[in-house]
Amino acid sequence: MNKQISSNQERYLNPYLGGVLLGLLVILTVYITGRGLGASGAVKSAVVTTSNIIAPYETQQNGYMGRFVTDNHSPMFNWLVFESLGVFLGGLLSGLLFGRVKKFRIDKGPKITNKKRLIFAVIGGILFGFGSQFGRGCTSGAALSGSATFALGGVIVMLAIFGSGYLFAYLFRKLWI
Amino acid sequence: MGPLIPNGIIPAGWDFVIAILLGIIFGFLLEASGFSSSRNLAGVFYGYNFVVLRVFFTAVIVAMTGLLYFDYLGWIDLSKIFILPTFLWPMIIGGVIMGIGFVAGGFCPGTSFTGIAIGKTDALFFTIGLYIGIYIFSLAFPLFEKFYTSGNLGNVTLTDVTGIPASWFAAAFTVIALAAFWGTMFIEKKVRKNIKEYKF
Repeated sequence: MNKQISSNQERYLNPYLGGVLLGLLVILTVYITGRGLGASGAVKSAVVTTSNIIAPYETQQNGYMGRFVTDNHSPMFNWLVFESLGVFLGGLLSGLLFGRVKKFRIDKGPKITNKKRLIFAVIGGILFGFGSQFGRGCTSGAALSGSATFALGGVIVMLAIFGSGYLFAYLFRKLWI
Repeated sequence: MGPLIPNGIIPAGWDFVIAILLGIIFGFLLEASGFSSSRNLAGVFYGYNFVVLRVFFTAVIVAMTGLLYFDYLGWIDLSKIFILPTFLWPMIIGGVIMGIGFVAGGFCPGTSFTGIAIGKTDALFFTIGLYIGIYIFSLAFPLFEKFYTSGNLGNVTLTDVTGIPASWFAAAFTVIALAAFWGTMFIEKKVRKNIKEYKF
Protein backbone atom coordinates (compact mmCIF):
# COMPACT_ATOMS: atom_id res chain seq x y z
CA MET A 1 0.00 0.00 0.00
CA ASN A 2 2.93 2.28 0.64
CA LYS A 3 3.70 2.37 -3.04
CA GLN A 4 0.27 3.83 -3.66
CA ILE A 5 1.17 6.94 -1.74
CA SER A 6 1.75 9.63 -4.25
CA SER A 7 3.08 13.03 -3.54
CA ASN A 8 2.30 16.30 -5.15
CA GLN A 9 5.32 18.38 -4.35
CA GLU A 10 5.52 20.40 -7.51
CA ARG A 11 6.80 23.94 -7.66
CA TYR A 12 3.94 26.21 -8.52
CA LEU A 13 3.45 29.95 -8.54
CA ASN A 14 2.00 31.44 -5.41
CA PRO A 15 -1.75 31.23 -6.21
CA TYR A 16 -2.42 34.87 -5.33
CA LEU A 17 0.47 36.00 -7.53
CA GLY A 18 -0.85 33.73 -10.30
CA GLY A 19 -4.30 35.24 -9.82
CA VAL A 20 -3.04 38.83 -9.96
CA LEU A 21 -1.08 38.09 -13.15
CA LEU A 22 -4.10 36.33 -14.68
CA GLY A 23 -6.29 39.31 -13.77
CA LEU A 24 -3.78 41.68 -15.39
CA LEU A 25 -3.81 39.45 -18.47
CA VAL A 26 -7.61 39.73 -18.67
CA ILE A 27 -7.29 43.54 -18.47
CA LEU A 28 -4.59 43.53 -21.16
CA THR A 29 -6.69 41.27 -23.40
CA VAL A 30 -9.78 43.46 -23.05
CA TYR A 31 -7.64 46.59 -23.51
CA ILE A 32 -6.17 45.30 -26.78
CA THR A 33 -9.00 43.27 -28.31
CA GLY A 34 -12.16 44.53 -26.60
CA ARG A 35 -12.98 40.93 -25.68
CA GLY A 36 -11.87 38.41 -23.10
CA LEU A 37 -10.04 35.09 -23.21
CA GLY A 38 -11.60 31.76 -24.17
CA ALA A 39 -11.03 28.07 -24.73
CA SER A 40 -14.13 26.04 -25.61
CA GLY A 41 -14.64 28.10 -28.78
CA ALA A 42 -11.51 26.58 -30.28
CA VAL A 43 -12.86 23.05 -29.84
CA LYS A 44 -16.13 24.18 -31.41
CA SER A 45 -14.17 25.46 -34.41
CA ALA A 46 -12.42 22.10 -34.65
CA VAL A 47 -15.79 20.30 -34.57
CA VAL A 48 -17.26 22.53 -37.29
CA THR A 49 -14.13 22.25 -39.44
CA THR A 50 -13.86 18.46 -39.35
CA SER A 51 -17.59 18.05 -39.81
CA ASN A 52 -17.50 20.42 -42.79
CA ILE A 53 -14.76 18.32 -44.40
CA ILE A 54 -16.52 14.99 -43.84
CA ALA A 55 -20.07 16.10 -44.64
CA PRO A 56 -20.20 19.67 -45.98
CA TYR A 57 -23.86 19.63 -46.96
CA GLU A 58 -25.10 18.31 -43.62
CA THR A 59 -22.83 20.68 -41.70
CA GLN A 60 -24.06 23.76 -43.55
CA GLN A 61 -27.66 22.58 -43.11
CA ASN A 62 -27.13 21.98 -39.39
CA GLY A 63 -28.90 24.71 -37.45
CA TYR A 64 -25.93 25.16 -35.13
CA MET A 65 -22.76 24.38 -37.08
CA GLY A 66 -24.10 26.16 -40.16
CA ARG A 67 -23.77 29.45 -38.29
CA PHE A 68 -20.01 29.12 -38.16
CA VAL A 69 -19.33 28.11 -41.77
CA THR A 70 -18.42 30.94 -44.10
CA ASP A 71 -17.43 30.82 -47.76
CA ASN A 72 -14.27 32.88 -47.55
CA HIS A 73 -12.26 31.12 -44.86
CA SER A 74 -12.03 27.99 -42.74
CA PRO A 75 -13.68 28.00 -39.29
CA MET A 76 -10.17 27.34 -37.96
CA PHE A 77 -9.20 30.86 -39.01
CA ASN A 78 -10.57 32.18 -35.77
CA TRP A 79 -9.20 34.26 -32.89
CA LEU A 80 -9.92 31.63 -30.25
CA VAL A 81 -8.19 28.89 -32.26
CA PHE A 82 -4.98 30.93 -32.40
CA GLU A 83 -5.33 31.91 -28.76
CA SER A 84 -5.83 28.26 -27.73
CA LEU A 85 -2.78 27.27 -29.73
CA GLY A 86 -1.00 29.88 -27.60
CA VAL A 87 -2.47 28.32 -24.43
CA PHE A 88 -0.95 24.99 -25.41
CA LEU A 89 2.43 26.59 -26.17
CA GLY A 90 2.35 28.64 -22.96
CA GLY A 91 1.56 25.51 -20.95
CA LEU A 92 4.45 23.75 -22.63
CA LEU A 93 6.78 26.66 -21.90
CA SER A 94 5.86 26.73 -18.22
CA GLY A 95 6.11 22.94 -18.04
CA LEU A 96 9.60 23.03 -19.55
CA LEU A 97 10.67 25.82 -17.22
CA PHE A 98 9.46 24.01 -14.09
CA GLY A 99 10.54 20.54 -15.29
CA ARG A 100 7.04 19.11 -15.61
CA VAL A 101 7.11 18.03 -19.25
CA LYS A 102 7.43 14.25 -19.03
CA LYS A 103 6.14 11.20 -20.85
CA PHE A 104 2.38 10.68 -20.86
CA ARG A 105 0.95 9.93 -17.42
CA ILE A 106 -2.33 10.11 -15.53
CA ASP A 107 -3.43 12.18 -12.53
CA LYS A 108 -6.11 10.62 -10.38
CA GLY A 109 -7.36 9.98 -6.90
CA PRO A 110 -5.69 7.18 -4.92
CA LYS A 111 -8.67 4.79 -5.00
CA ILE A 112 -9.41 4.35 -8.70
CA THR A 113 -7.79 2.63 -11.66
CA ASN A 114 -6.30 4.43 -14.64
CA LYS A 115 -9.03 3.04 -16.86
CA LYS A 116 -11.78 4.43 -14.67
CA ARG A 117 -10.04 7.80 -14.52
CA LEU A 118 -9.85 8.00 -18.32
CA ILE A 119 -13.48 6.94 -18.79
CA PHE A 120 -14.62 9.69 -16.43
CA ALA A 121 -12.27 12.18 -18.09
CA VAL A 122 -14.07 11.54 -21.39
CA ILE A 123 -17.51 11.71 -19.75
CA GLY A 124 -16.54 14.94 -17.99
CA GLY A 125 -15.25 16.37 -21.24
CA ILE A 126 -18.47 15.47 -23.06
CA LEU A 127 -20.57 17.17 -20.38
CA PHE A 128 -18.32 20.22 -20.27
CA GLY A 129 -18.31 20.58 -24.03
CA PHE A 130 -22.07 20.15 -24.25
CA GLY A 131 -22.78 22.56 -21.41
CA SER A 132 -20.39 25.21 -22.70
CA GLN A 133 -22.56 25.66 -25.79
CA PHE A 134 -25.59 26.51 -23.65
CA GLY A 135 -23.38 28.66 -21.44
CA ARG A 136 -21.99 30.66 -24.39
CA GLY A 137 -18.53 29.86 -23.15
CA CYS A 138 -16.68 27.95 -20.48
CA THR A 139 -14.72 28.85 -17.38
CA SER A 140 -12.40 31.11 -19.41
CA GLY A 141 -14.75 32.89 -21.79
CA ALA A 142 -17.92 33.08 -19.74
CA ALA A 143 -17.05 32.66 -16.05
CA LEU A 144 -13.70 34.52 -15.95
CA SER A 145 -13.83 37.05 -18.80
CA GLY A 146 -17.61 37.50 -18.53
CA SER A 147 -17.56 38.16 -14.78
CA ALA A 148 -14.51 40.41 -15.08
CA THR A 149 -16.39 42.63 -17.54
CA PHE A 150 -19.43 42.69 -15.21
CA ALA A 151 -21.58 40.71 -17.68
CA LEU A 152 -24.63 39.24 -15.94
CA GLY A 153 -24.28 36.06 -18.01
CA GLY A 154 -20.68 35.61 -16.91
CA VAL A 155 -21.59 35.75 -13.24
CA ILE A 156 -24.49 33.35 -13.82
CA VAL A 157 -22.23 30.80 -15.53
CA MET A 158 -19.57 31.19 -12.81
CA LEU A 159 -22.07 30.60 -9.99
CA ALA A 160 -23.72 27.72 -11.86
CA ILE A 161 -20.42 25.92 -12.59
CA PHE A 162 -19.04 26.15 -9.06
CA GLY A 163 -22.44 25.65 -7.39
CA SER A 164 -23.09 22.55 -9.44
CA GLY A 165 -19.56 21.26 -8.84
CA TYR A 166 -20.11 21.40 -5.08
CA LEU A 167 -23.63 19.98 -5.39
CA PHE A 168 -22.47 16.93 -7.36
CA ALA A 169 -19.03 16.52 -5.76
CA TYR A 170 -20.36 13.91 -3.34
CA LEU A 171 -21.37 11.62 -6.22
CA PHE A 172 -17.86 11.65 -7.67
CA ARG A 173 -15.86 11.64 -4.40
CA LYS A 174 -14.38 8.17 -5.06
CA LEU A 175 -12.63 9.55 -8.12
CA TRP A 176 -10.66 12.07 -6.10
CA ILE A 177 -10.40 11.29 -2.38
CA MET B 1 -7.58 54.84 -26.20
CA GLY B 2 -8.60 51.23 -25.72
CA PRO B 3 -9.85 48.85 -26.81
CA LEU B 4 -7.00 49.14 -29.31
CA ILE B 5 -8.10 46.83 -32.12
CA PRO B 6 -11.80 47.87 -32.22
CA ASN B 7 -10.68 51.50 -32.21
CA GLY B 8 -8.30 50.88 -35.11
CA ILE B 9 -5.17 51.81 -33.14
CA ILE B 10 -3.69 48.36 -33.79
CA PRO B 11 -4.62 47.19 -37.32
CA ALA B 12 -6.88 44.12 -37.43
CA GLY B 13 -4.17 42.21 -39.32
CA TRP B 14 -2.31 41.78 -36.04
CA ASP B 15 -5.29 39.97 -34.53
CA PHE B 16 -3.93 36.44 -34.78
CA VAL B 17 -0.40 37.32 -33.71
CA ILE B 18 -1.82 38.97 -30.63
CA ALA B 19 -4.11 35.97 -30.09
CA ILE B 20 -1.16 33.60 -29.95
CA LEU B 21 0.85 35.90 -27.67
CA LEU B 22 -2.00 36.45 -25.20
CA GLY B 23 -2.73 32.71 -25.35
CA ILE B 24 0.88 31.88 -24.48
CA ILE B 25 0.71 34.09 -21.37
CA PHE B 26 -2.66 32.54 -20.46
CA GLY B 27 -1.39 28.98 -20.86
CA PHE B 28 1.81 29.79 -18.99
CA LEU B 29 -0.08 31.22 -16.01
CA LEU B 30 -2.53 28.28 -15.92
CA GLU B 31 0.26 25.72 -15.97
CA ALA B 32 2.52 27.61 -13.57
CA SER B 33 -0.40 27.87 -11.11
CA GLY B 34 -0.82 24.09 -11.15
CA PHE B 35 -3.91 23.95 -13.36
CA SER B 36 -2.37 21.30 -15.59
CA SER B 37 -3.15 18.73 -12.88
CA SER B 38 -6.70 17.45 -12.49
CA ARG B 39 -6.02 16.56 -8.86
CA ASN B 40 -5.19 20.16 -8.07
CA LEU B 41 -8.30 21.38 -9.86
CA ALA B 42 -10.74 18.88 -8.35
CA GLY B 43 -9.38 19.71 -4.90
CA VAL B 44 -11.55 22.82 -4.75
CA PHE B 45 -14.66 20.63 -4.55
CA TYR B 46 -13.33 18.40 -1.76
CA GLY B 47 -11.46 20.96 0.29
CA TYR B 48 -7.98 19.48 -0.04
CA ASN B 49 -6.73 22.12 -2.48
CA PHE B 50 -8.28 25.54 -3.01
CA VAL B 51 -5.81 26.73 -5.65
CA VAL B 52 -8.66 27.16 -8.18
CA LEU B 53 -10.57 29.43 -5.85
CA ARG B 54 -7.46 31.48 -5.03
CA VAL B 55 -6.27 31.99 -8.59
CA PHE B 56 -9.69 32.38 -10.18
CA PHE B 57 -11.19 34.84 -7.71
CA THR B 58 -8.00 36.88 -7.40
CA ALA B 59 -8.04 37.19 -11.20
CA VAL B 60 -11.71 38.23 -11.25
CA ILE B 61 -11.35 40.94 -8.61
CA VAL B 62 -8.08 42.26 -10.08
CA ALA B 63 -9.60 42.40 -13.57
CA MET B 64 -12.84 44.00 -12.34
CA THR B 65 -11.04 46.69 -10.36
CA GLY B 66 -8.42 47.24 -13.02
CA LEU B 67 -10.93 47.72 -15.80
CA LEU B 68 -12.79 50.28 -13.69
CA TYR B 69 -9.53 52.19 -13.17
CA PHE B 70 -8.70 52.00 -16.88
CA ASP B 71 -12.16 53.43 -17.57
CA TYR B 72 -11.78 56.12 -14.89
CA LEU B 73 -8.38 57.19 -16.25
CA GLY B 74 -9.81 57.32 -19.77
CA TRP B 75 -7.56 54.52 -21.08
CA ILE B 76 -10.43 52.31 -22.18
CA ASP B 77 -13.97 52.97 -23.30
CA LEU B 78 -15.92 50.23 -21.52
CA SER B 79 -18.95 50.91 -23.71
CA LYS B 80 -16.94 49.57 -26.67
CA ILE B 81 -15.98 46.22 -25.17
CA PHE B 82 -17.82 42.96 -25.79
CA ILE B 83 -20.36 42.10 -23.11
CA LEU B 84 -21.28 38.44 -23.03
CA PRO B 85 -25.02 38.14 -23.81
CA THR B 86 -27.25 36.69 -21.12
CA PHE B 87 -29.56 33.79 -21.90
CA LEU B 88 -30.91 33.14 -18.45
CA TRP B 89 -32.03 29.51 -18.31
CA PRO B 90 -29.72 28.09 -20.97
CA MET B 91 -26.76 29.58 -19.08
CA ILE B 92 -27.91 28.21 -15.74
CA ILE B 93 -28.46 24.73 -17.20
CA GLY B 94 -25.23 24.96 -19.22
CA GLY B 95 -23.31 25.97 -16.11
CA VAL B 96 -24.80 23.11 -14.09
CA ILE B 97 -23.82 20.61 -16.81
CA MET B 98 -20.32 22.12 -16.95
CA GLY B 99 -20.06 21.83 -13.16
CA ILE B 100 -20.81 18.09 -13.34
CA GLY B 101 -18.29 17.79 -16.16
CA PHE B 102 -15.70 19.63 -14.06
CA VAL B 103 -16.01 17.36 -11.04
CA ALA B 104 -16.28 14.17 -13.14
CA GLY B 105 -13.50 15.06 -15.58
CA GLY B 106 -11.21 17.11 -13.37
CA PHE B 107 -10.52 19.76 -15.99
CA CYS B 108 -12.09 22.66 -17.80
CA PRO B 109 -11.27 23.32 -21.45
CA GLY B 110 -8.36 25.80 -21.10
CA THR B 111 -6.69 23.83 -18.33
CA SER B 112 -6.95 20.58 -20.28
CA PHE B 113 -4.93 22.12 -23.14
CA THR B 114 -2.09 22.89 -20.72
CA GLY B 115 -2.41 19.39 -19.25
CA ILE B 116 -1.86 17.87 -22.69
CA ALA B 117 1.14 20.14 -23.20
CA ILE B 118 3.01 18.60 -20.27
CA GLY B 119 1.93 15.01 -20.96
CA LYS B 120 -1.27 14.31 -19.02
CA THR B 121 -3.24 11.49 -20.65
CA ASP B 122 -6.36 12.35 -18.64
CA ALA B 123 -6.24 15.89 -20.08
CA LEU B 124 -6.06 14.45 -23.59
CA PHE B 125 -9.09 12.22 -22.94
CA PHE B 126 -10.98 15.17 -21.44
CA THR B 127 -10.30 17.23 -24.58
CA ILE B 128 -11.48 14.36 -26.78
CA GLY B 129 -14.62 14.40 -24.63
CA LEU B 130 -15.04 18.13 -25.26
CA TYR B 131 -14.95 17.47 -28.99
CA ILE B 132 -17.52 14.68 -28.71
CA GLY B 133 -19.75 16.77 -26.43
CA ILE B 134 -19.82 19.76 -28.77
CA TYR B 135 -20.45 17.44 -31.72
CA ILE B 136 -23.38 15.80 -29.90
CA PHE B 137 -24.72 19.26 -29.07
CA SER B 138 -24.54 20.29 -32.73
CA LEU B 139 -26.27 17.15 -34.01
CA ALA B 140 -29.01 17.32 -31.36
CA PHE B 141 -29.42 21.08 -31.78
CA PRO B 142 -32.85 20.93 -33.51
CA LEU B 143 -34.22 19.26 -30.36
CA PHE B 144 -33.49 22.24 -28.12
CA GLU B 145 -33.11 25.14 -30.54
CA LYS B 146 -35.97 27.05 -28.86
CA PHE B 147 -34.50 26.55 -25.40
CA TYR B 148 -31.03 27.59 -26.61
CA THR B 149 -32.22 31.09 -27.49
CA SER B 150 -34.71 31.44 -24.62
CA GLY B 151 -34.40 33.92 -21.77
CA ASN B 152 -32.46 36.37 -23.94
CA LEU B 153 -31.78 39.52 -21.90
CA GLY B 154 -29.25 40.88 -24.41
CA ASN B 155 -25.66 42.00 -23.76
CA VAL B 156 -26.38 43.24 -20.25
CA THR B 157 -24.05 44.00 -17.37
CA LEU B 158 -24.86 43.66 -13.67
CA THR B 159 -25.34 47.43 -13.62
CA ASP B 160 -27.82 47.37 -16.52
CA VAL B 161 -29.97 44.86 -14.66
CA THR B 162 -29.78 46.22 -11.11
CA GLY B 163 -28.93 49.91 -11.49
CA ILE B 164 -26.17 49.44 -8.91
CA PRO B 165 -22.80 50.95 -10.03
CA ALA B 166 -20.13 48.50 -11.21
CA SER B 167 -17.72 49.68 -8.51
CA TRP B 168 -20.08 48.36 -5.84
CA PHE B 169 -20.01 44.94 -7.45
CA ALA B 170 -16.22 45.04 -7.63
CA ALA B 171 -16.11 45.93 -3.93
CA ALA B 172 -18.63 43.23 -2.99
CA PHE B 173 -16.77 40.56 -4.99
CA THR B 174 -13.52 41.61 -3.34
CA VAL B 175 -14.97 41.32 0.16
CA ILE B 176 -16.52 37.92 -0.62
CA ALA B 177 -13.28 36.69 -2.20
CA LEU B 178 -11.11 37.80 0.73
CA ALA B 179 -13.50 36.14 3.18
CA ALA B 180 -13.39 32.95 1.09
CA PHE B 181 -9.55 33.02 0.93
CA TRP B 182 -9.42 33.32 4.69
CA GLY B 183 -12.07 30.68 5.47
CA THR B 184 -10.80 28.08 3.03
CA MET B 185 -7.31 28.30 4.53
CA PHE B 186 -8.64 26.54 7.64
CA ILE B 187 -10.81 24.07 5.73
CA GLU B 188 -7.83 23.03 3.59
CA LYS B 189 -5.62 22.43 6.62
CA LYS B 190 -8.26 20.31 8.31
CA VAL B 191 -9.10 18.23 5.25
CA ARG B 192 -5.44 17.57 4.45
CA LYS B 193 -4.84 16.28 7.93
CA ASN B 194 -7.60 13.69 7.47
CA ILE B 195 -6.40 12.36 4.13
CA LYS B 196 -3.85 9.62 4.72
CA GLU B 197 -3.43 8.09 1.26
CA TYR B 198 -2.04 11.23 -0.26
CA LYS B 199 0.84 13.43 0.74
CA PHE B 200 0.56 17.14 0.14
